[in-house]
Amino acid sequence: MITAYSIIKNNVSIVNGKPFLADNNTETFSKFVEQLYKKLNIHYPKFYKMDNLTKLGFINSELLLQNKNINSYYSEDEIGLVFANKSSSLDTDLKFYSTIENRNQYFPSPSVFVYTLPNIMLGEICIRNRFKGENAFFIMEKFDSEFILEYSRLLLDTNRTECCIAGWVELLPDNFESLFFLLEKKKYNNNLKTLELKNIIRQYEDYGAINH
Amino acid sequence: MKNSVFIISDNIITSLGFTSEENINNMKLNKSGIRLVDDPDLFIQPFFASIVNKAELNAKFSQLSDPSKFTHLEKMIILSIYEALKNTDVDVSKKNTLIIISTTKGNIDLLNKQNKGNIEQNRVYLWNVAKVIQKYFYNPNFPVVVSNACISGLLAIIIGANLIELKKYDNVIVAGADVVSEFIVSGFQSFKSLSDGPCKPFDINRNGLTLGEGCGTLILSSNNLNTENILFADGGTANDANHISGPSVNGEGLYLAVRKTLQKSQQKGIKKIDYISAHGTATRYNDEMETIALSRANLSGVPVNSLKGYWGHTLGAAGIIESIASIHSMRGGFILKNSGMENQDFSDRINVIDKLSTQEINSSLKISSGFGGCNAAAVFTKAI
Repeated sequence: MITAYSIIKNNVSIVNGKPFLADNNTETFSKFVEQLYKKLNIHYPKFYKMDNLTKLGFINSELLLQNKNINSYYSEDEIGLVFANKSSSLDTDLKFYSTIENRNQYFPSPSVFVYTLPNIMLGEICIRNRFKGENAFFIMEKFDSEFILEYSRLLLDTNRTECCIAGWVELLPDNFESLFFLLEKKKYNNNLKTLELKNIIRQYEDYGAINH
Repeated sequence: MKNSVFIISDNIITSLGFTSEENINNMKLNKSGIRLVDDPDLFIQPFFASIVNKAELNAKFSQLSDPSKFTHLEKMIILSIYEALKNTDVDVSKKNTLIIISTTKGNIDLLNKQNKGNIEQNRVYLWNVAKVIQKYFYNPNFPVVVSNACISGLLAIIIGANLIELKKYDNVIVAGADVVSEFIVSGFQSFKSLSDGPCKPFDINRNGLTLGEGCGTLILSSNNLNTENILFADGGTANDANHISGPSVNGEGLYLAVRKTLQKSQQKGIKKIDYISAHGTATRYNDEMETIALSRANLSGVPVNSLKGYWGHTLGAAGIIESIASIHSMRGGFILKNSGMENQDFSDRINVIDKLSTQEINSSLKISSGFGGCNAAAVFTKAI
């Protein structure tokens, strides 16, 4: 069952239906994500080395998991991550390509190249939280929440994982949006109502069309 | 009751040939497809790589469709799926068959406008590659793309098998491909991870990987028409939670993925692994990490090889073409030589096969690892 969710979209962030931070004045991704970093009171210098797609996924995982303390309910290898997006790591691919395009200004950097894979974000979230469970990154033209949740539930139902963070994390220079779910077999935190997927998706869509 | 997952057909396209049989036969003869490539469009200096012959691919592809309308990557995938479908009764235009594409960088070479030709630049999107493939085969299902670094191929097989086990589809076509591009060569060179000669997996003097390109297709099905078909037993993934570009020093994620996969396989009655197909990229750290993980999993005595010495590291295709080679080894009762190795490193901890050997293999283990700390393991078996 879905026990929590978090949204970052159109300079608004929402956790379990409640606004967390909204800023209509901030125009850029970096400024907005930095405000979230500060408000979440994170101290993790590695954050500043990440590419934008990874920063988006990382911050949304922090939003989702704040106050959840899931490591106390599950062992490291019981927590899995299943994410998807439309543009893979294209934002950083273009940045890397600009460093090799011109042979007179050829300076490829390993610290940029490593982020030309979308699953690096999963790696960063795993390092931050000591998660060692299942990983999968899918690419799809449109956010197919049912497929992502079906695959996550398959991992839970077949005992490959006990807890799964699943969702959508898409970033291009002119657009960023992410919706993460926390799926658990059991509900340890009884304060939360069981959340319906369709209500969450409706709320996510209310913040603008998913595909621009 | 879950469905069993049979591997009913396969195809490999690499520098060593356009069918699985051609590839395996060349490997049995210890032929390597790795050559010195001198192409300034790919890299400023000559470098070693395994490249698919473009003229031959175009000639074969022109029997299916117009080669100028598809990229090098798409031509490999379409031809590979077409060849794999040939000897099956799978109707790809029906709803009960899903296509899964595995790739790390897809048509990344389209970022260079010189490479475009007649192709729209938005084919650089991985979902669009999948759509091109889906349309070519008139498949009615929304195609799935898996892009999870160097475990993409093996993960795509595991995902396809899981979907069949749970009766979501009767057939899943898993096709994985990547091309040797300026983008990838420059990136790996910037990491200083390319070998100065053909790669030497598990050799004491190994000094890096060799890139390769190719495509592999596996058709998984719940319907078994041939009693010789190999089954997918189980598979899983795990993360090192350690470093994004370096393997874990204690092989943690790979060990966890192997342990979990062996436990689940044991529950299905598989007691013993007879052969391990390693990732074996021939970088200093990868091969050592795999050695540590396999010895932690008590698999030190089991015959192991890496096939990277034949066709290089084919990224999104690697897990698939190497699984296909495992399946052919199981059917034929042989283990291919770990090509490129002269003096084995870690000989006290793993059993690397240094010559073509005859051996009955009832169950085999395939492992892969990649950037982002990801690891995957899967077991194939003759009978469950």
